[in-house]
Amino acid sequence: MKELILGNAAVARGLYEAGCSIASSYPGTPSTEITEEAAKFPEIYCEWAPNEKVAMETAFGASLAGKRSFCGMKHVGLNVAADPLFTMGYTGVNAGMVIAVADDPGMHSSQNEQDSRHYARAAKLPMLEPSDSREALEFTKLAFEISEEFDTPVLLKMCTRVAHSQSVAELSERVEPKARPYEKAPGKYVMAPANAIKRHPVVEERLERLSKWAGTAKINRVEEGQDNKIGIITSSTCYQYVKEVCGDRYPVLKLGMVWPLPAELIRGFAAKVSLLAVVEEGDPFLEGCCRGLGLALAGKDCFPLTGELSQNIVAEKLGLPVPEGKGLSEELPSRPPVMCAGCPHRGLFYTLKKLGCTVLGDIGCYTLGAMPPLGAMDMTLCMGASISGLHGFNKALGAESEGKTVAVIGDSTFMHSGMTGLANVAYNQSNSTVIILDNSITGMTGHQQNPTTGFNLRGDPAGKIDLEALCRAMGIERVRVVDPYDLKACEEAVKEELGASEPSVIISRRPCALLKYVKHKPALTVDRDKCRGCKACMKIGCPAISIKDGKAHIDGTQCVGCGVCGQLCGFGAFKEG
Amino acid sequence: MDTKNIMIVGVGGQGSLLASKLLGHLLMGRGYDVKVSEVHGMSQRGGSVVTFVRYGEKVCSPVIDRGQADAIVSFELLEAARWLSYLKPGGRVVTNTQQIDPMPVITGAAEYPSGLVEKMEAAGAKVDALDCLGLAEEAGSAKAVNLVLLGRLSHYFDFPGEAWQEAIEACVPGKFLEINRKAFELGRGTE
Repeated sequence: MKELILGNAAVARGLYEAGCSIASSYPGTPSTEITEEAAKFPEIYCEWAPNEKVAMETAFGASLAGKRSFCGMKHVGLNVAADPLFTMGYTGVNAGMVIAVADDPGMHSSQNEQDSRHYARAAKLPMLEPSDSREALEFTKLAFEISEEFDTPVLLKMCTRVAHSQSVAELSERVEPKARPYEKAPGKYVMAPANAIKRHPVVEERLERLSKWAGTAKINRVEEGQDNKIGIITSSTCYQYVKEVCGDRYPVLKLGMVWPLPAELIRGFAAKVSLLAVVEEGDPFLEGCCRGLGLALAGKDCFPLTGELSQNIVAEKLGLPVPEGKGLSEELPSRPPVMCAGCPHRGLFYTLKKLGCTVLGDIGCYTLGAMPPLGAMDMTLCMGASISGLHGFNKALGAESEGKTVAVIGDSTFMHSGMTGLANVAYNQSNSTVIILDNSITGMTGHQQNPTTGFNLRGDPAGKIDLEALCRAMGIERVRVVDPYDLKACEEAVKEELGASEPSVIISRRPCALLKYVKHKPALTVDRDKCRGCKACMKIGCPAISIKDGKAHIDGTQCVGCGVCGQLCGFGAFKEG
Repeated sequence: MDTKNIMIVGVGGQGSLLASKLLGHLLMGRGYDVKVSEVHGMSQRGGSVVTFVRYGEKVCSPVIDRGQADAIVSFELLEAARWLSYLKPGGRVVTNTQQIDPMPVITGAAEYPSGLVEKMEAAGAKVDALDCLGLAEEAGSAKAVNLVLLGRLSHYFDFPGEAWQEAIEACVPGKFLEINRKAFELGRGTE
C-alpha cells in the first residue's frame, strides 16, 4: 500500500515493519515524531527517557536482552549520548539496534548546526542517510539487518527536510524477527580494559567488512547521465535538489550509506567524469573522504558551509538556469516567534527584567525570553548549562553576582541535565538562585510528557518526580513555589531568594497555556476611557495586546485571560470578560 | 507535466496543517507524485510559517525555492507579501485580508505596511484577496479560514467538485464537516 507519509512517521513505520519492540528517546526537533508515531503501534513499547544518554542505554539494554530496539534524538542529543555510543561499537549488539539522529541545517529549531556524520566516523559505526520517506522506511528496516549481520548499532541520519517532509512510501506488514536469547558473554559486553583491548581490533575489522559491503550495496548507486562533463556525489535531501535541477543530465553517485564509504565505487565513478562535484549540506564530510582518496573535486570551495542548500543554490553553482522571483522592494517587518498569549513564563521574565537580573538561560520555549521587549536572558548554551553556568559565574564573581544572577530552566530540561548542575551547587556550595520554570510539559517540541508530569508517552499515569522533594533531598533548604501569573509574588520570591545567604530554588509553576486540560478565562477587554495609552502593558510582549488609536487593544481570539497585563496597568483599564 | 508548486503561508498557530493535509490527499487521489514540506518547532510559536506542496509525475525536492511557486495561499496579508519572491512571474496569490501584528509592530519598532494588495499586484502577481475570517465566521467557525482559502484556490484547478468534497470528508473530523463544507463553498463562490 502506498501512502503520503512524513519522513519521521516513515521511520516509525520502518520500526514497526522490522519487528522493533522497544523505543526509548528524548524529544528534540526535528526528531520527535519518530517516537510519537512509533507509539501508535501497540507492538512497540515506547517511552520518553529523561535524556538521550539514558534513552540510548535503555535501547542498548533491550538489544542485549534480545529485542530489536531503537532510540531517537536530535543532533545535539547525540552529544549527550556520545558516551555509550563510542563504546557500543566495541560491544556490538545482540538483537538489532538503530539510533536515529536528526540534524537541523539552517537551524530552524536548534542552537547549532553540527554535522552528525562525524560521529559515525569517530565512533566507527555505520550510518545510513535516507533522502525521502520511502528511503526513511526502507533504510530503517535495512539498518536492523545490518545491525544484526555485522553485530553493531547502526546510525540513521535524518535532517529537517527529510524528517518533516511528506512523500510517498510503500508500506508492508510487520515481520517478527527470530528470537535472540541473551547469552552471557563478558568478553564482549564487559568493557574493562582487558576485554576492550581485544574488542578494538574487532571494530576495525568490522569497518573493513562494512566498507566492502558498501561497495556492492544497492543503496549506494550510480545513476548514469547524458553528459559526463560533471559527476556529482551526494546524499540525503541534497540528492533531491541535484535531481530537481539536473534530471538525468549529469551522472550521480547517490550514497545511502555515508559511513563507511565505498572507496572503489567512488574512485570508479570519479574516473568516468571530467569534473567531480560533491554536493552536501554541513561540513565537507564526503568531500574530505574523497580528497583522502586523492581525488580532485569541487566541494565547499563552491557550495556554502553554512545553512541549508536548495535547488536554486545547486542550479547556480552548477551553472544551470536559476528562476527569478520578484518580491516587494520595501523591507517588511519581521515576524519572530514569540511566547504565546497566556504563557506562564512571561510573568517570571518580566520580573527578572524589572529587577535587572543577569539571567543564565537554557533550552526550551523560555529561550524566547531573550527576545524583545522582555530581553531577559544573558546566555543560552545547551541543555542544563543554566545551573552549572550560574555556579561557575558565582564562583568567579562571588557576592558581586550572587545577589542579582539567576538560572532559569524548564521542568523537562531540569530532568534532562539540570539535576547534576544543582548537585554541584549543593555540593560545592555556591550561593546560587535557580528558577525552575515548571509548565508541567515539554513545551517547545510540542507537548511531550516527562518525569515530573505524572504521565507517560502514551498519556497513561506514570511515576511522578516531586521537584520540591528532589531539590531538598539534594541539600537545598530554600525551596519555594510561586505562581508566575502573580507578579507581586514573583518579585517578592526573586528578591528574597537573591538576598538569602544560601542556595535556593524557586519553582515557577503553572501549566503551559496550550495544554488541552488548562481552562482559560474569558478574554479581557480594555476600558478605553480609563486607558491613558501609557503602554505599561506593552512591556510584557504579549501577542494579544497592541496599541490601536493610541489605546491598548486586546485581540479576543488570542487572549486567555491570564491577567498579567492588568497587573501592570495603573489605571484599572483591563476588565475581565 | 512539470511539477506544480503551491505554498501555504501564515502565522504559527493559524492551522495551515489541515490545508496541506487536504491538498496532499486530493493530489494523491488524482494519481500524482506528491511532496509536502512542513515547519515544526520554534517558529511555530507565532512566527512566520510556510508549507510547501509539490505535485507532478515525479517530484524530487521537497521544498519550493524563489521564483517557483505557481500559487501562494496565505492566511495573513503581510505573510503573503513576505513570501512573494517565491512566486513565479505572473503567479497567483490567494490571501486572507486579515492582518495580525508581528511583535516589532506591537512594540512600535515597525509599522504594519499599508496597501499590500496593490503593491503585490504592482510587482506582477495576480492577487485574490478576500475576508476569509469573515466568511469562516459566516460558515460557523473562525477556525474554518483554511477551507475558505482552499475553496478560492479550487478555481485554479481543473479537478471536479466531487474530488474536493471527497478530500474534505477524508480530512475533516465528522463533527466539523458541515461547517468546513460551507466554508469551502463560501470561498469557492466568492467573486
